[in-house]
Amino acid sequence: MQESAVIPDPRSGLLDDIRTSIVGIAAKHAEDVDARARFPEETFAALRDSKALSAAVPRELGGRGLGLRELSAHCAALAHGCSSSAMILAMHHIQVGCIARHGMHSAYFRDFLRRIDRDQLLIGSVTSEVGTFGDTRSSVTCVERQGERFNLTKDATTISYGKEADALLVTCRRAEDSPASDQVLVLLHKSDYRLQQTSGWDTLGMRGTCSPGFKMTSSGSIDQILPGSFADSSAQTMVPYSHILWSSLWYGIASAAVARAASHVRGEARKRPGSVPASATHLAKVAAQLQSVRHNWQAVASEFDALGASEADMQALLGIGWALKLNNLKVGVSESAAQIVHQALQIAGILGYKNDSPLSIGRFYRDVLSAALMISNERIASKSASMLLVFKDDA
Amino acid sequence: MDAASARREDLHASAQERVRSVLNAHGRLGRRVDELADGDDLYAAGMTSLASVNVMLALESEFDIEFPDQMLNRSVFASIDAIAAAIERIQKA
Repeated sequence: MQESAVIPDPRSGLLDDIRTSIVGIAAKHAEDVDARARFPEETFAALRDSKALSAAVPRELGGRGLGLRELSAHCAALAHGCSSSAMILAMHHIQVGCIARHGMHSAYFRDFLRRIDRDQLLIGSVTSEVGTFGDTRSSVTCVERQGERFNLTKDATTISYGKEADALLVTCRRAEDSPASDQVLVLLHKSDYRLQQTSGWDTLGMRGTCSPGFKMTSSGSIDQILPGSFADSSAQTMVPYSHILWSSLWYGIASAAVARAASHVRGEARKRPGSVPASATHLAKVAAQLQSVRHNWQAVASEFDALGASEADMQALLGIGWALKLNNLKVGVSESAAQIVHQALQIAGILGYKNDSPLSIGRFYRDVLSAALMISNERIASKSASMLLVFKDDA
Repeated sequence: MDAASARREDLHASAQERVRSVLNAHGRLGRRVDELADGDDLYAAGMTSLASVNVMLALESEFDIEFPDQMLNRSVFASIDAIAAAIERIQKA
């Protein structure tokens, strides 16, 4: 019998915490976060109180050891209150996932995972770079080793919550003579790096993620280089975690918009009991779309969680079948979620269009438009097109 | 007779040599293919996943084979030896 079945987890019920309490805190401050493009600090104080930042840390190292099915449920729930909060939580889990799935053989990274739990550290990501044109699988900069130490500088086009993060996970070339695609992940603690802001973050939506560009300079110990290759950790963890968690929060945004549209429809119905308002039929169609989006991310999350750490399962994640599956999820959900929010606005009408109405859909609409752009759907479609030239779907 | 069919005629051309010629044309490596040993890591030599798809396509044409989906992963295309071994497995199946 597994440990989890006999010893009650004193910190169980995190999803309940998020649904009953944290999402309310996130919602209360979401307008101010959006208006001022500021970090949602109240949400993250509450998440830390619930030890939510170590949800993806293995149980043996103090965390909850949750899989993507549960982590994505957290992100979906949180997105109801504040999309930026949910996106930051998702990005944090992606970084923790990379460390937990690829750093367990390193005493250094095991200790760091314990610290994530103990101090509820927030981990940011530095994958973008001037000169790689949005391709996370290539880097310009590299680790410059000097004995047991390294220097690393990076001109990043964006670092989400760069100022608020307690540590950063950075992609770069393995060594000075490595090609652009031979990358590693490097962990930097706050005391290891300095950030010089190079651009602003005045965007249409997702304003609370606070993601301007920075020039980063750092140094550290070579223990801080995550073992293995980013080619593997990208395909086996970063890409699946990203596309599944992002999809869940885009679903959360869409379902929040539909909830407001439904509230409008119920109001219409109460005015004339006995007749079904025309908008209710429109809502019924949107509800069907919303359901298929939910089943899409939940199914891929469950399928991913069903894979183990065996060599065969980890190899499967390096294959074209999984790459296509994840691409399809990302493109499909990002497009559907935006369409659903658009339909919710049609249903809610002018009350949804007004920013100062309780049925306002504007912020959801602006936030969800980021979905197709963060790792552009055009880029993903062109990669899928290329993979489909050799994929036979003969599984 | 084109170059590819000329190579097919040459019974002495080893699988490794034919793989090298495909890599030369489609691998977009950062290094010259003739500088690589048969066991060298092609990804470390700069092959991207996108380039590897072109390599797969060209190998399917060159050897008149189809890679089954479970072989379409990084480890199968990690080195000249690994590719040649995979082709041999398909040809024997």
